[in-house]
Amino acid sequence: MIEIKFWGRGGQGAVTAAELLAVAVSMGGKSSQAFPFFGVERRGAPVKSFCLVDDKPIRIHQIVYEPDHVVILDASLIGRPDILEGFKKKGTVIVNTSKPKSQIKLKVKNLFVVDATGIALKNLGRPIVNTAMLGAFIKATGIVPLESVKEAIKERFPAPLAEKNIKAIEECYNGTK
Amino acid sequence: MKKTVEVSIAIAEAVKNCEPDVVACYPITPSTHIAETLAKFYADGELKSFIATESEFASISAICGASAAGGRAFSATSSQGLALMHEVVYAAAGMRLPIVMVVGNRALSAPLNIWCDQQDSVAERDSGWIQLYCESAQEGVDTAIQAFKIAESTLLPVMVGVDGFYLTHTVEQVEVPTVEEVRKFLPKFQPKVKLDPENPISMGEYATPEYYQGFREDVHRDQLAAKSRIVEVDKEFEQVFGRSHGGLAQGYRLEDADYVFAGMGSVIGNAKEVVDELRAKGKKVGVLKIRSLRPFPGEEVRKLLEGKKHVAIFEKSYSLGSFAPVYADVINSLYPLRKRPVVSSFIGGLGGKDVPTKTVHEVFKMIKKREPLEIWI
Repeated sequence: MIEIKFWGRGGQGAVTAAELLAVAVSMGGKSSQAFPFFGVERRGAPVKSFCLVDDKPIRIHQIVYEPDHVVILDASLIGRPDILEGFKKKGTVIVNTSKPKSQIKLKVKNLFVVDATGIALKNLGRPIVNTAMLGAFIKATGIVPLESVKEAIKERFPAPLAEKNIKAIEECYNGTK
Repeated sequence: MKKTVEVSIAIAEAVKNCEPDVVACYPITPSTHIAETLAKFYADGELKSFIATESEFASISAICGASAAGGRAFSATSSQGLALMHEVVYAAAGMRLPIVMVVGNRALSAPLNIWCDQQDSVAERDSGWIQLYCESAQEGVDTAIQAFKIAESTLLPVMVGVDGFYLTHTVEQVEVPTVEEVRKFLPKFQPKVKLDPENPISMGEYATPEYYQGFREDVHRDQLAAKSRIVEVDKEFEQVFGRSHGGLAQGYRLEDADYVFAGMGSVIGNAKEVVDELRAKGKKVGVLKIRSLRPFPGEEVRKLLEGKKHVAIFEKSYSLGSFAPVYADVINSLYPLRKRPVVSSFIGGLGGKDVPTKTVHEVFKMIKKREPLEIWI
């Protein structure tokens, strides 16, 4: 089982990111589960969400303690002592930031960065980075084909909004370093 | 076709496909997306009626009225909402109204907490309602559909417990039967007795000491008689949909097990995962899932647990000042046995405290000895 943890702030769409990933994974025939860390979400407050991926049906219902991958939608959360709690060293961390990788203070071997806020503002006109960050996540991990995420987006959003999100995803996919 | 969707939304769709005549819900916290989604179905013209009530007390009162008038009626609630319904919960059972309610199991105040446990519905366990608890998303969807058939054929209201957040707010793969498919399983509701201006009757009448106890005893006897009906309905469901969920209680790798994890709701999935891991190491361990808390399957539990060494019961509620409720029922069920297994009670998951596979492994280490434990994990 692959366990993915999303960190964000209320309003950035961390919960939806996990959901969209779960939908995309299931389109490829695998099992998935997405759930929010059960908090009292407020705009701006730190939010966690999780996505599980497996080849066989998923029976467990619990918090993710040892994520394989961590996706950080807001770089201001990096100072938290628990940001990489339980993180499996072989995994991948993806950070939304306009800074270069060398300036990110995380001791991680597989670190990827992308300016998802810039890309979201350009394509969506709003700093909602969840969909864009899925592009970065796929580039970094290859867990699902990009096409599946696009399909999930088309299912979730009405046509003009879906197109804008897909553009942001593609741009993030290509811009992830 | 399986779809990847939030479980509350899937349950709402399943309920819609049971073609209820009246749905009444108080639509905001502590309610789940079940109410919100049913309201949307009504707005889109896919549901006959949706009453957004001013309180949960009004919701259950409305569906009692609808059911008394011969309609198929549904509500969904959680936590404080169910507590507010309490008075009418008893009335619904006493009036033999076959209403169905899905409870997203969540903690009760105080302290204020919105997270998962089963204290809310377990607090209603003596009301006369049938209570079924679900392990998975699919079981939640399927049990909501089964509940109408059980209720309408036993004239007992049915409460379906789905763990708050762990099930209600989780997105996973579920199959939601269509209206046409549900029609193959669930016949139209044909009430034996109903309120009718042409033929006036009273329901929930005044019963003097001479009569009152007899009515309560009837509900109890019919609860016991409903045990076979719950099993039958699960089998009938399997014939149509190819899925069943264990009737009243079900073992998993239990036959030759010495050690048993038991409980209700989503913790069962975690326990099954741990059992597979321990079995791979040669440990003789299994799971007992209690699906029906009321009626309680005493005989079935006794048969399934006879000869076991140690049973660990995971509990998401407690009868403060006494014992954990499932534990107490299991102990009572085992009493007639000459040689009884040791039974321990592990109270965990109150107010959303996680009971992950790691904790289930720790519990396994604790039950190696033959001494009964009560531990708040």
